[in-house]
Amino acid sequence: MGVSVDETVSTGPVRDHTPPARRLGGRGRSVLEVALLTALAVVMLFPVLWMIETSIKENRDVYAIPAKFFDFKVTMDHFKDVFFASGGGRSALSVSFLNSVVVAGVSTVLATVLGVPAAWAYSRFAVKAKKDQLFFILSTRFMPPVVVVIPIFLMYRQVGLFDTKLGLILIYTAFNVPFTIWMMKGFVDEVPAEYEDAAMLDGYTRLQAFWRFTLPLLVPGIAATAVFALIFSWNEFVFAIFLTSSDTVRTAPPAIAGLIGGTTVDWGLVAAASVVFALPVLVFAYLVRKHLVAGVTLGAVRR
Amino acid sequence: MGTVAVHGLCKSFGKVQALDGVTLDVPDGSFFVVLGPSGAGKTTTLRAIAGLEKLDAGSVHLDGRDATGDAPAARDLAMVFQSYALYPRHTAYENIASPLRARRCSSSEVAAAVEQMSSLLHIERLLQRRPAQLSGGEMQRVALARALVRRPRAFLMDEPLTNLDLKLRVEMRTELTRIHRSLGGTFVYVTNDQVEALSMADQVAVLKEGKVQQVGTPTEVYERPANQWVAGFVGSPPISLLACHAEGDRLVGAEGWTLPRPRWTTAEDGRPLLLGLRAEDLSVEQRGNASLSGELYGLEPLGDRTVVDVRVGTEILKVKARPTVTGTPGERLLVTVDLDRVHLFDAGTGLALSEAGR
Ligand SMILES: Nc1ncnc2c1ncn2[C@@H]1O[C@H](COP(=O)(O)OP(=O)(O)OP(=O)(O)O)[C@@H](O)[C@H]1O
Ligand SMILES: [Mg+2]
Repeated sequence: MGVSVDETVSTGPVRDHTPPARRLGGRGRSVLEVALLTALAVVMLFPVLWMIETSIKENRDVYAIPAKFFDFKVTMDHFKDVFFASGGGRSALSVSFLNSVVVAGVSTVLATVLGVPAAWAYSRFAVKAKKDQLFFILSTRFMPPVVVVIPIFLMYRQVGLFDTKLGLILIYTAFNVPFTIWMMKGFVDEVPAEYEDAAMLDGYTRLQAFWRFTLPLLVPGIAATAVFALIFSWNEFVFAIFLTSSDTVRTAPPAIAGLIGGTTVDWGLVAAASVVFALPVLVFAYLVRKHLVAGVTLGAVRR
Repeated sequence: MGTVAVHGLCKSFGKVQALDGVTLDVPDGSFFVVLGPSGAGKTTTLRAIAGLEKLDAGSVHLDGRDATGDAPAARDLAMVFQSYALYPRHTAYENIASPLRARRCSSSEVAAAVEQMSSLLHIERLLQRRPAQLSGGEMQRVALARALVRRPRAFLMDEPLTNLDLKLRVEMRTELTRIHRSLGGTFVYVTNDQVEALSMADQVAVLKEGKVQQVGTPTEVYERPANQWVAGFVGSPPISLLACHAEGDRLVGAEGWTLPRPRWTTAEDGRPLLLGLRAEDLSVEQRGNASLSGELYGLEPLGDRTVVDVRVGTEILKVKARPTVTGTPGERLLVTVDLDRVHLFDAGTGLALSEAGR
């Protein structure tokens, strides 16, 4: 419960806040600001816009010189090509998308299921050398994937995990668990341990107390953490390209990258695949945005 | 049945020794108050009894059975937390119902019990609110209701009245005593308010820096403080302590005053002592032969009485007087002492001198 709050707001009546435009030096400055922000937005968003445009252009328009911004024919053929093979049946790309969903989804769920209770334990219990353990856990993230991928590749080949979805799931889980523990420990620390104490006196076991009284308060934090873990697994490229070789196992990032190269590049297909690839994370983040904001600002828990 | 006995409790948090050999014996059905200043280890003691704190040493016996390692749920206790610890996502109703739900009571039993408790504590209107929508005092009453809704072995209460305003606190004091009498359970009640301790307790344990200073009835603790610290902590205004030593049949003060030596004390001549004088055992309005002279230092009118501060040498005596008393600072005064009611402490150890002969 905050006590210091009173001291900071107690003096005198609340003064009017100076409008931001005035503070920054008048109208001229604010016009400049808007112009700069607009320019920045255009630069940042142009590739995205171009990707979306290209994905719905007919091939003739895609390769047109000068480039056509507005008067092009709209087609959904590229999207059809993403999902269906030319001879009918599923395309290799659609298989890779499905692989991505499975690998990213399962590894995120695993990391959450393992990481959240671990974070709770680190927050609630006296663990020997707790700081050292937590540092060690975090240190597994210090190595960039490129550095460790070769030894992992060799090990995977030995134990038969090379070119399997399970292999990718395991490596992504291994990467996400430390992240989940660190993020979630912060959230668990925010929830007073006394809720669990009270629950235990009510007659619940420690695990029931955690499950019924603490876990619901952690949902915003879990949502935020899971989104980050999901984005990591979904976007991961280095492990995916080194540890898989067949089309049936490959995830979307290396599969899309594989479309580029060769003698001709079907840019329409690349763009459509990229759009399909970008959508799920956007949609998911949009759905949990309320939790995401609450979670990231750590303001989720009322004391 | 509901006896609680702890023996030799020790608990340290890093360098802080929160409990240092705490031994308490709470009889069945008693209202047992643990009194101590902030940081004395009161909360830690309760948490140790509840099984929420891993002990460095010591044992907890419930109903005569060793429960030291038992899980909190297995101890069959209820607790009011100092910070309430109400579940933030549950309504007041669900908070109060929680101990019954954990024990899988039927919903009609739950409803009846919650209703009874809420009318007892006057919180019927608040049942559908969440803790965030309650004031501190309302939360405290909900927390009390959650503890009282069940008939456990013993109720542990950690300063349950501190956040209420004075009027409500006085009301709740009598209310709690009444509840204790009608429910007949064992209460272990923690407070830093000596008025609460003296007015509610069957027995008081005074705690300081993790050590039990004295255990006794409120009267014993007030009238026969075991040491200088207990004497100073219990009682308002605080007891006045004057440095002195015995010389034949007289007590001679460091400030030059003399008083007849109380007959019961056996202290040898010259041993440094502290004379403890309670405000109500002193008077500025009567004449008598056992008296100290000093000058008026200040008046503290408290409505029903006035506390007169009298300076004797460099020491201040607090004297209880009628509210009508007047005077100007600097005025010479004679303070009459009720010699039968003085306390003597060893100035070195702070321990009370034996009053066996009293
Ligand atoms: N979890 C903890 N970690 C570290 N120190 C603690 C912890 N809990 C209590 N202490 C320390 O132990 C001592 C006793 O604390 P405790 O909470 O039992 O005091 P208290 O008598 O309940 O005080 P109050 O009246 O202020 O509630 C204090 O010095 C406190 O700082
Ligand atoms: Mg306390």
